[in-house]
Amino acid sequence: METLYALSFGALLAAALYLLMSRNLLRMVLGLLLLGNAVNLAIFVTGRLSSAVPPLVPEGSLSIAASANPLPQALILTAIVISFSLVAYTVVLFERAHSALDTLDPDAMRQAEPEAEAGFAREAARP
Amino acid sequence: MTPHLLLTLPVAVPLATLALSALLQRHAIAQRLVSLTGSAGLLAASVALLAAVFDGTVLATQFGDWAAPFGISFVADRFSAAMVLMTGLMAAAVSVYALAAGAREREQAWFHPLYHGLLLGVTGAFLTGDIFNLYVWFEIMLIASFGLLVQSGTRAQLDAGIKYVVLNLLVTTLFLLGVGYLYGLTGTLNMADLSLALPRVENQGLVSALAMLFLLAFGAKAAVFPLFFWLPAAYHTASAPVVAIFAALLTKVGVYAILRCFTLLFGGEIALVGPVVGVLAALTMITGVLGAAAHFDIRRILSFHIISQIGYMLIGLAVATPLALAGSILYVLHHIVVKANLFLIAGAVRIAGGSWDLKRIGGLHRSAPALALLFVIPALSLAGLPPLSGFWAKFVVIRSSLDAGHAVLAAVALIVGLLTLYSMLKIWNEAFWKAATPLSDDAARSWCASGTVRATMLLPVAALAAITLAIGLWAEPFVDFSLRAAEQMLSRHAYIEAVLGTANLAGGRAP
Repeated sequence: METLYALSFGALLAAALYLLMSRNLLRMVLGLLLLGNAVNLAIFVTGRLSSAVPPLVPEGSLSIAASANPLPQALILTAIVISFSLVAYTVVLFERAHSALDTLDPDAMRQAEPEAEAGFAREAARP
Repeated sequence: MTPHLLLTLPVAVPLATLALSALLQRHAIAQRLVSLTGSAGLLAASVALLAAVFDGTVLATQFGDWAAPFGISFVADRFSAAMVLMTGLMAAAVSVYALAAGAREREQAWFHPLYHGLLLGVTGAFLTGDIFNLYVWFEIMLIASFGLLVQSGTRAQLDAGIKYVVLNLLVTTLFLLGVGYLYGLTGTLNMADLSLALPRVENQGLVSALAMLFLLAFGAKAAVFPLFFWLPAAYHTASAPVVAIFAALLTKVGVYAILRCFTLLFGGEIALVGPVVGVLAALTMITGVLGAAAHFDIRRILSFHIISQIGYMLIGLAVATPLALAGSILYVLHHIVVKANLFLIAGAVRIAGGSWDLKRIGGLHRSAPALALLFVIPALSLAGLPPLSGFWAKFVVIRSSLDAGHAVLAAVALIVGLLTLYSMLKIWNEAFWKAATPLSDDAARSWCASGTVRATMLLPVAALAAITLAIGLWAEPFVDFSLRAAEQMLSRHAYIEAVLGTANLAGGRAP
């Protein structure tokens, strides 16, 4: 079971990195989403997939014998909330950038770092 | 005050200020008052915290009464308390400065709530004793910085924002992955507990791999070569107070995390990581300083100098002696003050000269003599000239690398110091000394006419310059403090004992 999860983590990670390396903002935001989910899966698996019993203490007793590890689930819950808000922000930012800069290719966005702006580059460009 | 209160206030004050200033978004005057009070409160809380740990006690507290290592711990030793104090100082200086030019536009874009959100994330990251909690503080800091960076929504800011957001999200996710593996390996997330558990892991190869993953994630946060590209792509598009607080704190949180993790968690990996960090530190110093040499925009010159200075802070880890670590700590503390100050001055140069582009301005030594005098102090301190703070920081760092036989690192550090001086002289010659241009003449007239703008901008600049001078002229207590902070970090006992209690150390689990 853990092998299967580990393999799907690898596949998700590969897909995420592939998407992140593309020159298209839409693919990059999908890559970020996949990456977040891949990492959540990794945390889930590192917490050991030992049991399907929910980690609830039965009424009247003080401890539970064999149950799923609740801590990775708490970590993932936090990470999901955080990555959701950050991706929401990213989507809005990309949308604004797309309408303002008129391109989806991050390589073509040279507003902050114009190409021929270092002093000597300008000099060199003169005939 | 109880340790619980001392440790919680530096986080609670920015949180309360964030909430209050967000509620007062429509009442400009009240919001400014709340924001200033919040910054002053953070400064007071951080002074109280440093005073409590100054003698070497390590304060620790557990939230929600969950005993360590199960609950989330907050811990303050000398190093983290000093970093919190620096945050408080910068918070106060920058929030006064932010009332000057452009304040209205910034405030309409929610400057005050975001600013205190950033401070909240930074102080939380310095104080937490739980590695997953550190990730959460990183994200709080990030989301606030995202908002601050693209405040005006100009085309340049949107472009910069994309690069900054994607690269930072990527490395923070890698950090989260590292945290997940760390938990899988040891079953704990408490940093003091991890420090005891990691040496007992059977597969030490995995621990080394994880150490490298953390170096990668924190290195990108700290803008270490070759992971610094997000910084020069983004910083220069933000407004002066925003970039000043970024330059002072964001990369330094990365440096803090590297120093903390590699003394507390991966102390055993230093032999492996040290040489790697040494090469990275040298390359970071060189690429940063050469990048700055190519530019004529004052903000871009200063942004590249952040990168080159990060190299000096890593020497402590590369050399890994108590003196070298003390050098790194002193360097971080000095650099926060100087760098923030230079960016604040750059903002004033923009107003007094009319442009960020050094080629289009000039003659400021005549039209703004006070500004010229105040520029000289942090500029020469950044380059490392005696008797300023940068000289002592560089002196300790270079002395420790020579003592440990790292002559190449010391040579690189000296040469980069000279090249830094070249950049600072370039700013001086172009902006201050050169004859005035028509553009800077016009700007200078309005600068001289408006006394309040001048006062609100120069007051924090002068205060930070005074701190630089104080560290330079009374260096001994600061060097001494850094040395004791370094010894405390390296010995680890006090930290672990404060979090877990003495029983754990006595039970044969001592590192």
